[in-house]
Amino acid sequence: MKPEQTALLQGTLDMLILKSLLAGELHGLGVSRRIQQLTGGTFSVKPGSLFPALHRIEEEGWISAFWGDSENNRRAKYYRLTKAGRKQLEGETQKWARISSAIARALEAS
Amino acid sequence: MPLLAKARSFFRNLFSFDRRDSDLDQEIRSHLELLIEENIRAGMPPGEAQRAARIELGGSEQVKEQVREARMGNWLHSVAADCRYGLRQLRKNPGFTAVAIVTLAVAIGANAVVFSVLNALILHPLNMPDAESLYGIQHGNEASSYQSYPDYLDLRDRNHSFDGLAAYNAAQAGLDTGENPSRVWLYEVSGNYFDVLGIHPYLGRVFHDSDEHGANSAPYIVLSYAYWHTRFQDDRSVMGHTVQLNKHPFTIVGVAPPEFHGTLVFFNPDFFVPIVNQEQVESENFLTARGKRWVFMTMGHLKAGVTAAQAIADLNSIGSYLEKTYPKDDDQRTFTLARPGLYGDYLGKPMRAFMTGLMLLAGLILLAACANLGSLFAARAADRSREVALRLALGASRTRVLRQLFTEALLLSLLGGAVGLFGSRMLLSGLSVWQPFSKWPVHVPVNPDANVYALALLLTLASGLLFGAVPVRQVLHTDPYEIVKSGSLARVGRRITVRDLLIAVQIAICAVLVTSSMVAVRGLHRSLHSNFGFEPRNVMLVDTELSMADYRGDTVPRMQNRIIDAVEKIAGVESVGLVDAAPLVAGGYNGSLAFTDDSTDLRSSNAAADAFKFSISPEYFHAASTALLSGRTFTWYDDKDSPRVAVVNQEFARKMFGSVTNAVGGYYKMPNGTRVQVVGMVQDGKYRSLTEDPEPAMFLPILQSPSSQTYLAVRSDRDPGQLVAAIRSAVRDLDASLPLYIEPWNKELDSALFPSRVAAMALGVLGIMGAMLSITGIFGMAAYSVSKRLKELGIRMALGAQRKEVLQAALGRAFKLLAFGSFVGLLLGILASRVLSFIVYQATPRDPLVLTGVVLAMASLGLLATWIPARRALSIDPAILLRDE
Repeated sequence: MKPEQTALLQGTLDMLILKSLLAGELHGLGVSRRIQQLTGGTFSVKPGSLFPALHRIEEEGWISAFWGDSENNRRAKYYRLTKAGRKQLEGETQKWARISSAIARALEAS
Repeated sequence: MPLLAKARSFFRNLFSFDRRDSDLDQEIRSHLELLIEENIRAGMPPGEAQRAARIELGGSEQVKEQVREARMGNWLHSVAADCRYGLRQLRKNPGFTAVAIVTLAVAIGANAVVFSVLNALILHPLNMPDAESLYGIQHGNEASSYQSYPDYLDLRDRNHSFDGLAAYNAAQAGLDTGENPSRVWLYEVSGNYFDVLGIHPYLGRVFHDSDEHGANSAPYIVLSYAYWHTRFQDDRSVMGHTVQLNKHPFTIVGVAPPEFHGTLVFFNPDFFVPIVNQEQVESENFLTARGKRWVFMTMGHLKAGVTAAQAIADLNSIGSYLEKTYPKDDDQRTFTLARPGLYGDYLGKPMRAFMTGLMLLAGLILLAACANLGSLFAARAADRSREVALRLALGASRTRVLRQLFTEALLLSLLGGAVGLFGSRMLLSGLSVWQPFSKWPVHVPVNPDANVYALALLLTLASGLLFGAVPVRQVLHTDPYEIVKSGSLARVGRRITVRDLLIAVQIAICAVLVTSSMVAVRGLHRSLHSNFGFEPRNVMLVDTELSMADYRGDTVPRMQNRIIDAVEKIAGVESVGLVDAAPLVAGGYNGSLAFTDDSTDLRSSNAAADAFKFSISPEYFHAASTALLSGRTFTWYDDKDSPRVAVVNQEFARKMFGSVTNAVGGYYKMPNGTRVQVVGMVQDGKYRSLTEDPEPAMFLPILQSPSSQTYLAVRSDRDPGQLVAAIRSAVRDLDASLPLYIEPWNKELDSALFPSRVAAMALGVLGIMGAMLSITGIFGMAAYSVSKRLKELGIRMALGAQRKEVLQAALGRAFKLLAFGSFVGLLLGILASRVLSFIVYQATPRDPLVLTGVVLAMASLGLLATWIPARRALSIDPAILLRDE
């Protein structure tokens, strides 16, 4: 059964990527699967949006990349969260919490 | 992250798009493979797994493109932001910005100028096809290339190494096109000259081998494009016209292409004539004289596959054939190859050495400028440490902060480079049209080309990165919490740092340059007022060559006499003297060996003196104001029928007779054995250059030692303009076809003073640059130390320190460095002046004016550079400062 997929809000993809890397370093596919897992299959990130986002975030200095070996000894590019990225995630999380609770409240009000 | 890794990642980001692209390629490929693997593990058959993976990836090229766009967009965006911020910062500190831009402009401009000259004169000197395989034949034992014409023919016909061997000689002649006879510079060229060089005519035709049918058989002229343009106003109808060259009819047959200026880089002839017509140009036939070496240069393209060494061996075998066959005329004929453009090694070697030296110097100036700007940057970074700390604390990555700093540095360097390049372009275009000697067709063709611009850009970027890198360590070590908490970096280093040393060295170099330029200027000033052995003021020199109007033999002295008479009659003329080669006027000088009267073996090694030889008229000493010390001068009765006589100078007397007292009345012998009686003695003088040691000279009566080369020294206090017109019309009445060249003797001295002028100018410019560098260096250091120690100084003031003590604390080190550097520089400058004395007449550092001048200059440099930091140190208000912290 295919999970229902939802378009991501602008800016939330970055947050999700950072979040997915919080537990440890991952390669591109790993990030994508982790996001799927974290969101219970609601979001599936296609490479066409995943990689540009990864590279943009790397430019920002929130994540850093390095080449490593996958579980099956295949070379893959891994990403890990930097200090700045951790800080960014914290900030974004707080901001998100505020926004989402505000929106939820707004929508619930009748 | 260590400094190196940081820097590396920075450079990677800036420059290596390619690497990054292949990186991306791999990443996408590995992603695809991981997807396939995942699908296989989920139980798909391999073919299906691959298909599914590709569908999920959705076109690897599109993905890559999207990534690139994201990165580029981001990069551009942040670069634009950095630039905007950087420009705002620069605008906020106009003083800093101006100092930095001017320093860089001067340093990069200097490099661009020197490199342009190097590029134009040395890297690719001759602008013609296949210039790399073009070689000139030079003598094996000395840096000279003269050949006799018969030897040239043998070399041309017997060698197996060249595709063709051409020869040329530069000469001067009188050209009469029906109006205004004028002196022109021309090349006498072998018939194959244009064919060997691969030059095709712009108009008409050029000469070929087939034009040569023996002496004076080819009276043709090929004009240079420039001369056709200026003299004939691009008139195509002059083709086929006949003009008079030294009164011989020559036909204009063609115009050379505009980019061809002959084969000597800065010596552009007006036109070319076949070398077989040499007699008509130089009024004496040298074509058959094997011992007479007058052909300026022979050259050709090496055959394909022939190495220089093989060619030299080939030439030397011809040389030994010549030695054997013509033992009387050809001794020691060995050859080597050299680049023809700068007359082989004769000019090429010193030029290369000189230009390499200049280039090194310019490089050093740029390095010093970068070091200074680096310390200025560091000072600013220290001032801005709070801002940097704030940005770091707010989450900016250090790379980002560094990139900001580098962007500022690059902005500055680009601005400075642009200004410098603009300035150097102006200077170079001035240099390209400059003719240092009005009499000679000397040009310095140095227009900047793509190489120059590329180098300037490269230097600009490199220097921006270089001085931008100085504060990197500082930024990387910034601890945001500490700084925000405590306010400033409190520790002050006491030990001598590399930066201190660097500044001391700069100050020393500056002092050397200031010392040498002052020595040079003083020397120049003195040489303008020294005793030349004649008095050039109020003397007009009339330079003419009678052979240009086809006078020869007995008609020469007769004509000279008539000219002298005519000029003497001009109102206001005091006296008129004739000399065949005026002293200190660039041109050919005659010299002759002289032997003691009792010599019988007249070999050159037995000569008592190698003296300058001047042929003069009786009135010459009077007109030139050369003092006759004893004996008599000549009369017109000292002619070829009377006994040979001479007037010599003191140095000649000392060399020949041992003392000045018993010279008059004595005899000596010329190389051909003629006995000559000394009838008078004149003071010593300068003959070829101002820096020469006293040289022996003999003066012979023009009638006994005739010469068609004629200089008239006309002494008069009349207005020069009127005098020139009067002389011209007086001579034109005698012979309208005689080309004249009239200039004040003073002005003619320019060429003798040229080296010292250039030296003084170059040193002056370098001195100013050095001074500017020292100022920015000291300023940077003083500003840095004051800003770092603001707090400490504030406390000192609060505790009651006097202004003097504060200044000493703040600027003591700067002044110590200044004093030390200046002292060392002054010492070195005094030593360097010895070298200078070879170029500049009477350059001596033991001159109180020079010494005080240097000390004053250095002191005022120091004052200027520390003025602003001192003001800042003194304006500290401890109360505000301490409260602020």
